[in-house]
Amino acid sequence: MQQEHIIELLTGKDSRKKKSRIPARLDLLQSVTGLILVLFILFHLLFESSILLGKDAMYALTKGFEMSFIFEGGEPLVISFLALMIFIVFILHAFIATRKFPASYRESIRYRTHAKLLKHEDTNLWFIQISTGFMMFFLGSVHLYTMMTQPEKIGPFASADRVYSDTAWPLYLLLLVSVVLHAGAGVYRLIVKWGVCDRTRSKTIIKAATAFYLLIGLVSLGAYIRIGYEHRNDYGQRYHTEVSR
Amino acid sequence: MNKSHTYDHDSGRKITLSIFRYNPSNPASEPSFREYTLTETPGMTLYIALTKIYTSIDHDLSFDFVCRAGICGSCAMVVNGKPRLACKTLTSEFADARITLMPLPTFKHNKDLSVDTGNWMNAMSLKVESWIHSKEQTDISRIEKRVDPDTADEIFELDRCIECGICLASCSTRIMREDFIGAVGLNRVARFSIDPHDERTDEDFYELIGDDNGIFGCMSLMGCEDHCPKHLPLQSRIAYMRRKMVKV
Ligand code: HEM
Ligand code: SF4
Ligand code: FES
Repeated sequence: MQQEHIIELLTGKDSRKKKSRIPARLDLLQSVTGLILVLFILFHLLFESSILLGKDAMYALTKGFEMSFIFEGGEPLVISFLALMIFIVFILHAFIATRKFPASYRESIRYRTHAKLLKHEDTNLWFIQISTGFMMFFLGSVHLYTMMTQPEKIGPFASADRVYSDTAWPLYLLLLVSVVLHAGAGVYRLIVKWGVCDRTRSKTIIKAATAFYLLIGLVSLGAYIRIGYEHRNDYGQRYHTEVSR
Repeated sequence: MNKSHTYDHDSGRKITLSIFRYNPSNPASEPSFREYTLTETPGMTLYIALTKIYTSIDHDLSFDFVCRAGICGSCAMVVNGKPRLACKTLTSEFADARITLMPLPTFKHNKDLSVDTGNWMNAMSLKVESWIHSKEQTDISRIEKRVDPDTADEIFELDRCIECGICLASCSTRIMREDFIGAVGLNRVARFSIDPHDERTDEDFYELIGDDNGIFGCMSLMGCEDHCPKHLPLQSRIAYMRRKMVKV
């Protein structure tokens, strides 16, 4: 292994005197991890918006994820495990994708100046992609860490308390906008990059889907804020205890 | 004299061209924009406008043209921010009668609007070994091996590239990373990879473009496809090469 890298260091080729296959693997892995995260987000935002159907709907879904059909009363560790898996993919994706960030003042000023002159939609879209990606380093990490370490605090009241009384809403607001824009731009990039289907048509569809997800995300965040506000004096109290009382 | 058959050359609207002026080989030269105002004539292209400036206003202005018909690729320049062929651009397109002209970025700047695309294109051709690789001895007394007409069409489609350099000048990736081979280079490799006369394998092509200066450097910003004056299918050809190269 070490020998192999030394040969590459000195000759620019591997021991077969061929170009390294690693760049190909990284390119594919960047897309695969991105795709996994997009699929996850697609469902995650829908499930999270179940609050719009009422507290009972969201509560039932939470218990479902805690596998209450197997574990009596639900097992929050299931959520911890899921969050850990996503965190690993997330870190892997961020690690690989940072290769593409402008790496110096020179690169970034050249990009910005050129993009401003060119006034070209897809060139500007890439700026959204990297800036939202950069923001998610922080926003996504905080969120995923919370879900890993406090999986029992998910539910109509627990989540709303976090959003309102623990002041998580600014984080969620920024994360929501970042993740939806990043996922939209990312799916479009996947389609263009691998030549999956027609560019113009998929752009229209993705724009509509992005708007839809932003909308349900914002409305449900609003719902959590309202519930949290109404519940501020009973902070910490859980939904199911109230029901069974 | 009956004036009705001649065009009154003073009756067109006034247009203003703001042109980047700089001579890198003259230490006294300062980079700046200079404005030229002239009267528009019917069907005036930027080629005609620049020639008019050159012949009647400023004989020191440098710019390149050969074919004046969108075939040779030598007149590419940045027109109001967009890389385009000057000989195919009508001045009437610009409603506010103001046109800013700059040389193509990322190429070696000669002077004013003139850049050296030729030497870069030659180097690129060498780098991607832009010729048929075949062990077979060519016998010109015999008829060439048959090529399926659809494949031939596909190759001719990609051969329509005029090496104008617009795809590179429209590519922010290339603007950031000068070693990136760009759409013109990747398109060239795609052209040979579909050519049945060429015996090179995907492994061979990987040696030419299998890195972050080649196919994996492309970030799909699509400036190339959206500005190519020949409307080459650059996105689909780059995707095609990428799919091949990750399988190697
Ligand atoms: C810290 C978090 C993240 C960072 C730093 C990040 C960064 C990036 C960057 C810089 C790109 C552009 C790569 C390029 O131009 O080739 C990218 C692409 C992408 N991102 Fe992210 N991202 C993050 C999180 C996410 C998340 C949460 C999702 C899913 C919702 C996602 C989905 C995608 C997709 C699908 C692509 C396109 C993949 C490709 O071009 O191969 N990313 N990411
Ligand atoms: S691919 Fe298009 S833009 Fe690029 S050099 Fe060829 S003709 Fe010009
Ligand atoms: S002068 Fe030949 S393409 Fe414009």
